[in-house]
Amino acid sequence: MLYTRFYIHALLLQEVNALSYDLPRLIPDKDFKVPSACGVSGIMNTSGKRFSGNMIVESMALMRERGNGLGAGYAAYGIYPELKDLYCFHMLYDSDLDKKNAEEYIKDHYEIIESEPIPTRKNPHIKEVHILWRYFLKPKFIPEDMSEEDFVVSTVMFINEKINGAFVMSSGKNMGVFKGVGFPEDIADFYRIDEYKGYIWTAHNRFPTNTVGWWGGAHPFGILDWTVVHNGEISSYGINRRFLEAYGYKCTLMTDTEVVAYLVDLFMRRFGYSPQLTAKILAAPLWKDIDLMPEEERKLYTALRMNYGGALLNGPFAIIVANNNMMMGLNDRIKLRPLVAATKDDFLYIASEESAIRVVCPEPDEVWAPKAGDPVVGVLKSARKTQVVLEGENG
Amino acid sequence: MRVCSYGANFYDENANRVYTENTKCVGCHFCEAICPTEAITVRKNDFDIRPLAHWTPEHLIGIMKQAETGGVLLTSMGNDRPYFSYFDRIVLNASQVTNPSIDPLREPMEIRTYIGRKEEKLEIEEDEDGTVKLKTEIAPQLKLEVPVMFTAMSYGSISLNAILSLARAARTVGTFFNTGEGGLPKELREFKDNMIVQVASGRFGVSADYLNAGSAVEIKIGQGAKPGIGGHLPGEKVTEPISETRMIPVGTDALSPAPHHDIYSIEDLRQLIYAIKEATRYEKPVGVKIAAVHNVAPIAAGAVRAGADYIVIDGIRGGTGAAPKITRDHVGIPIEFAVAVVDQRLREEGIRHMASIVVAGGIRNSADVIKAIALGADAVYIGTAALISLGCHLCQTCYLGKCNWGIATQDPKLTKRLNPEIGARRAANLLRAWAHEIKEILGGMGINAIESLRGNREVLRGVGLHEYELKLLGIKPAGEAW
Repeated sequence: MLYTRFYIHALLLQEVNALSYDLPRLIPDKDFKVPSACGVSGIMNTSGKRFSGNMIVESMALMRERGNGLGAGYAAYGIYPELKDLYCFHMLYDSDLDKKNAEEYIKDHYEIIESEPIPTRKNPHIKEVHILWRYFLKPKFIPEDMSEEDFVVSTVMFINEKINGAFVMSSGKNMGVFKGVGFPEDIADFYRIDEYKGYIWTAHNRFPTNTVGWWGGAHPFGILDWTVVHNGEISSYGINRRFLEAYGYKCTLMTDTEVVAYLVDLFMRRFGYSPQLTAKILAAPLWKDIDLMPEEERKLYTALRMNYGGALLNGPFAIIVANNNMMMGLNDRIKLRPLVAATKDDFLYIASEESAIRVVCPEPDEVWAPKAGDPVVGVLKSARKTQVVLEGENG
Repeated sequence: MRVCSYGANFYDENANRVYTENTKCVGCHFCEAICPTEAITVRKNDFDIRPLAHWTPEHLIGIMKQAETGGVLLTSMGNDRPYFSYFDRIVLNASQVTNPSIDPLREPMEIRTYIGRKEEKLEIEEDEDGTVKLKTEIAPQLKLEVPVMFTAMSYGSISLNAILSLARAARTVGTFFNTGEGGLPKELREFKDNMIVQVASGRFGVSADYLNAGSAVEIKIGQGAKPGIGGHLPGEKVTEPISETRMIPVGTDALSPAPHHDIYSIEDLRQLIYAIKEATRYEKPVGVKIAAVHNVAPIAAGAVRAGADYIVIDGIRGGTGAAPKITRDHVGIPIEFAVAVVDQRLREEGIRHMASIVVAGGIRNSADVIKAIALGADAVYIGTAALISLGCHLCQTCYLGKCNWGIATQDPKLTKRLNPEIGARRAANLLRAWAHEIKEILGGMGINAIESLRGNREVLRGVGLHEYELKLLGIKPAGEAW
């Protein structure tokens, strides 16, 4: 094992791109927490108009420098309109046996409406190491004390934790996650991203500081229809994980992105908090600012920090969170990672670099760098309760 | 030579010179510290008894004393036996490259802490026009600007000037001191906003008025220095003012029973907690202090379920004004394990939010504070360290009531040696210094709020620990990555 590691390392030093050709199995980062730096991008059409994945691929390709070919991925919303009421599981399997095991478990709890391989295209830079499969599912039997979503979450937790060699990439309706080891444009080509149309796309380009060979470790990370792409390192991971355990979430992947996904699921879906409020928990205002707030507000923010201190995300990060109805960009409390936002008509763009926006939208109506801890939120027009369109620029 | 309350220095008129009786010196270094000509040096006196490995001089002297008196050996301050220190086998993390470290002098660095019951879920009403309103009523909390408080030390075990020093320091820095089981002298009334009042098994000085005199009430079940036994204030220390606050006659020993005689089980504890909550109109957090013993995790969980808003765990190194040596030296478990297992147990039971954890017992520096918090504490209590800041040199003879430094004594000639102004400044300095250090370490870890340290055992690594010890502490060995 030791020898293998060394061998891989030496090879990587010589030529990163050689990775995809002829390597022995790399170290799966399932078992290690891998700090990584990255590029992120998100594009949303707030009217719900679907557009091709080409746009996000172009935006990501520009930020090639932000990754090192060891991970990239895309989350797409609105891609399965014909089956939009079914839970779509995108799966990674290590072997046929693992697939059989997982399918047995799935069959026990879900009606499998469709089951097919995820369509791929041969790409010289991508070596397919996993079996990629997707299922469209309808829950069969939901325990009385559980909501349907909680049931799906528990299924995902079970598969990821207990069934070796099986991993759920995404588990939402009318959406999916496509990810793997490679540069973003290669991964896009491999997964035939250009053939899908969605109204929200988020993407990620990875620069892990460790060798990784396991595709599940790439971003976006997804649970239900939540996806998270993340540039940064969560120094509070140790306590975030333990905080989540109290609410029944098991962090099995040792990636800090996983805790972000579970935290937004907890606060936004289970507790029903707005994206804005959730952002103020994950990137809480400083005490010195809270102390100056009017009384009601001070009470609220004090209570949030007091009660949800274990959910505070510390360390540098820029994240883009999305679900079927919205997309949110968020920076850490002192803005230690870049994040830029822009709007053009009914499009919202969020990316690590302004250039990644301008390459697909040369003349945006507005471009701004969101302040530390201030969320940029785009909500689908059909899901909006209020007339508030975009928030962030002025706090 | 009048300076020494133990009479170690005396003047021989005939010879016209000062002699020293070495056996009377307790090693408190007071004479040395105040000697204007630096003529005095206190040194270890090499002992005549042979230093055998098993039959050490300590054991021999103990046997000799007991052969003579037939009594229990008394001692003071914390356990001084060379037990393994787990704090010293735990190292901290820092950022490199992937995560920028933060300079606390340039960037905000937050160590404010709230002690009290928290909610599992806050009910919040968000209106369509964007107004957000908190619906949940928040339980009363103690707000600490530094996650370090002064532990319970009673008026009686230490002097009023010592308590005043700590009270003023707590007010200056924005933390709390604890009255201990000594009742409430009127001089402390003004410190209500920084005071925790304690209710122990002796119930000395406890009244409805007393319960409402501070910001929180703490029920003392046990103490790290003497788990399983009660308190003992020797009659020598029960002077007129002490007798007044404790409501007992002058010169009598103040004995706190081993158990609370109205608490023989956990449901009785619940009754007392709620009796106190009723008496304080649910406006103050009520804590429960227990000694760290083998079964500490389920006991703490029981106390939380019984309604405690915070739990104090006092480890085997915890100090005391007076305790039987045999108990102090042999009963209890190290605080590092206690905090780790209590935090983990409360989390497993899903009740960690219901109470804060305060850790006590041998916290020596800010690194111990950080390690305790990363293992799962919300805040720590310091006693010995606080007294050292006032001058204490750990001579371990508080029970004699003759403290040369004016700390653990009620003799007016001695207590006036401790100026509470100066004492307050020194104790406050200590907390400020630790706060600076905590911020420095946090910044190095790339963390800018203490809640991200609390219970974050990923920042800890063990050096030279066995696997089962690592498992109990919930930490990885040094060298293992995340």
